[in-house]
Amino acid sequence: MTLTNLIAANRFGLGARPDELASIGTDPRGWLAAQIQGTRSHPDAIRSLPTSAQVFAAYTQGQEAKRDLRKESGKQAERVQKLIANIRQKVVPIYLDQVAARYRIAATTTEPFRERLVHFWSNHFAVSADKAAVIGLAGTLENEAIRPNLQARFIDLLYAVESHPAMILYLDNQASIGPDSKLATRAARRLQSSGRKVGINENLAREILELHTLGVGSGYSQTDVSAFAEALTGWSVGGGGRGMLAEGEPGKYVFRENFHQPGAKTILGKRYGADGPGQARAVLRDVASHPATATHIATKLVRHFIADDPPSAAVEHVAKVFRDSDGNLPAVHAALIDLPQVATQPPPKFKTPHEFVISALRMLDFVPDKPQQVLAPFQLLGQRPWSPGSPAGWPDTADQWDGPDALLRRIEWATQVADRIGSKSRPLQVGMQSLGTALTQRTSTAISRAESGAQGLTLLLVSPEFQRR
Amino acid sequence: MIDRRTFVSGAALGAATAFMPRCLFARTDSDARFVLVILRGALDGLAAVPAYGDGYYAGKRGELAITAPQYKLDGLFALNPALEHLHERYRAQELIVFHAVASPYRERSHFDGQDWLENGMTNATVHDGWLNRALPTMPATRARSTEQVALALAQNVPLVLRGAARVNSWAPSTLPQADTDTLQRIADLYADDQYFASRLQAALAADEVAGADMQDGMQNAQKGVRDPLRALGAVTSAAGKFLAAADGPRIAVIEANGWDTHANQGAENGQLANRLRGLDQGLDDLRTSLGASWRDTAVLVVTEFGRTVAVNGTRGTDHGTATTAFLVGGAVAGGRVIADWPGLATGALYQGRDLRPTLDLRAICKGILGSHLGVAQSALEEKVFPESRSVQMVDGLIRSA
Repeated sequence: MTLTNLIAANRFGLGARPDELASIGTDPRGWLAAQIQGTRSHPDAIRSLPTSAQVFAAYTQGQEAKRDLRKESGKQAERVQKLIANIRQKVVPIYLDQVAARYRIAATTTEPFRERLVHFWSNHFAVSADKAAVIGLAGTLENEAIRPNLQARFIDLLYAVESHPAMILYLDNQASIGPDSKLATRAARRLQSSGRKVGINENLAREILELHTLGVGSGYSQTDVSAFAEALTGWSVGGGGRGMLAEGEPGKYVFRENFHQPGAKTILGKRYGADGPGQARAVLRDVASHPATATHIATKLVRHFIADDPPSAAVEHVAKVFRDSDGNLPAVHAALIDLPQVATQPPPKFKTPHEFVISALRMLDFVPDKPQQVLAPFQLLGQRPWSPGSPAGWPDTADQWDGPDALLRRIEWATQVADRIGSKSRPLQVGMQSLGTALTQRTSTAISRAESGAQGLTLLLVSPEFQRR
Repeated sequence: MIDRRTFVSGAALGAATAFMPRCLFARTDSDARFVLVILRGALDGLAAVPAYGDGYYAGKRGELAITAPQYKLDGLFALNPALEHLHERYRAQELIVFHAVASPYRERSHFDGQDWLENGMTNATVHDGWLNRALPTMPATRARSTEQVALALAQNVPLVLRGAARVNSWAPSTLPQADTDTLQRIADLYADDQYFASRLQAALAADEVAGADMQDGMQNAQKGVRDPLRALGAVTSAAGKFLAAADGPRIAVIEANGWDTHANQGAENGQLANRLRGLDQGLDDLRTSLGASWRDTAVLVVTEFGRTVAVNGTRGTDHGTATTAFLVGGAVAGGRVIADWPGLATGALYQGRDLRPTLDLRAICKGILGSHLGVAQSALEEKVFPESRSVQMVDGLIRSA
């Protein structure tokens, strides 16, 4: 079996738009391959969005005001609440604009494979907007660290992500302080009297090893996590407070020497000499080229593109390309479209809500005007953008998404969206343009017998073939 | 307009008679109800149940210590001041507090930890859950299908309930419902596709039990409420209503996120106390909505692992090992703490940093499945927790009826 236009558009892309199957022409592999090479300028939709530094400024202004208020005495609780609401008012619209931009791009792009990879990596390096500091930053991680590095090597992507303010703040590294750092030593007496203590927060170190690179159970120990956390102390975000914390360009990565645990560290059996921010960078370089990382990344990619239960031969092939190319991402991505399993039938992947909604918008050539309306279906179907609730990101297997109630919600959303645009559409034609020969006789018949265009579209959207890729 | 309720119970359904959601008024062998609440993110057991009487507690916990607790359970343990209703249950002898418990998992990954907790095995590669494997062995599933008996209060089914036995799921919706005619046509469209047909059938059956009034109530509860804690109360109330129905489910699973308190955890007040207050209220909402069925109910509250004994550099705690669990309900022989307390001296800690586990969570689960839900010992050791032969079940958790 070979790669067809249908598979290229629906399994590797984001679901065929009305003209897409025809426009792919006779070389679906070439169509996919062209999308993963080289750099791209930022899509228009995200160019007008605030940068992470601007989002950070909006957030910290609110925090500062809150702190001032808390210092004053008297009946402050109510005013603090009001301020918290104000902070949300500042960053939530930013989040909504980012969501709208993300899905406007997804619904209209002519490079849907590349865009799917953006989403894949964004979810691999997940931050979650249910943490207040991250609400407006989650989207900037995707736009500033993921998009510009798809043509690069894994280590470049890794470094961009781990030094991005969204990741540092999400996993608390800005507050992780070496116990023997200058700051800790200097502040020891004052802190002792206040009962506070300063120290390490190992969150970022653990998740880098467990989720971003080597993978769980690949042989690192608690000692490695602790030592890596020490190496990472000082990786911070500029301008986050007063005094010493005001140092650095606000909202940008900064290395705070004062926070850094001095001295050499031993991680995974290798000794890393004192080198300021270079120490953790050296660790990142080594874990990025560790064979366990190649296997971990290959497993996730093959699970995403081939099957929930990734075939080991496919994983090993992609891992080998990863190792041999030193993590060259275009080479790794190209290896996926050359796997012998690309054309497995029936389509092996059950669409996540994210994929289901994007493919519906593409098939219907429709994007709601208001950001809140763009967000709504994802929230209703249980996959609020950039809010997986944990650094592991959203799950990528059917059993996490195919509960009975989830199906009912899809039906309800399909009904709503079809009611909105259905009367003008010709559902059978829409279905054939997007699903081609995958559209079954049963579904075609059901659509052609529907009592209205809207009902026909509902049936198309909830048909088994549309919910798989 | 005809609503979904009418559609499901309507008679003239042709091919969709399979949609009839119940064996008409079949009785179960037992009225026992069981609710499993999974706290994802690793609950800090020493915050939920401070060991204020341990001589090392105040020193080790530093600014997170609760040294003068309001709700003392005995000379050693107390409940966090946020757990007001649970304290009432304790006094009513309906709450057992377990301490220094853990699943067999000894690493510190949330995700593997949750997998072990839910699949009941000692690896993360088994993709079905212990509660799912237990379902076919319960007397409650003799007269009724497993799908009628077990319900996940979520759009999707958590691992503990996934597996060969079919189960149902339900979550509140904020959308208008599809009309009867469209649902009928979708049912026909799925007739050849068992995967979709079975899910649609189950979902509609659950919706019928929930009823229109609950959907409305849930919508109101959800409006403008982004607070996950109040959302928990809405979900537990719904669970209580399901479980109280004569033909409703007997097993429910509820999840609550947000326990991963790496920073600014707080002690008597603060982030974690707020979460605990939400949990406490949610459990009490469950009790209220269960009504008279509360007396037949046992609710087990578990988490994947505990947190470090010491405070970290960001006024929080990092991933640890042993923690607490709660068993609450009218059917519970409560009013006591079950803990083989290992102590908080540095030498007593697991790897010098975590509370050392002295009780295997599977021992508690086995005790509940055995004495509350009627699962035979042989099934427990062969099917449900096949690697747990050496783990003695905890007896006497359930009041004799």
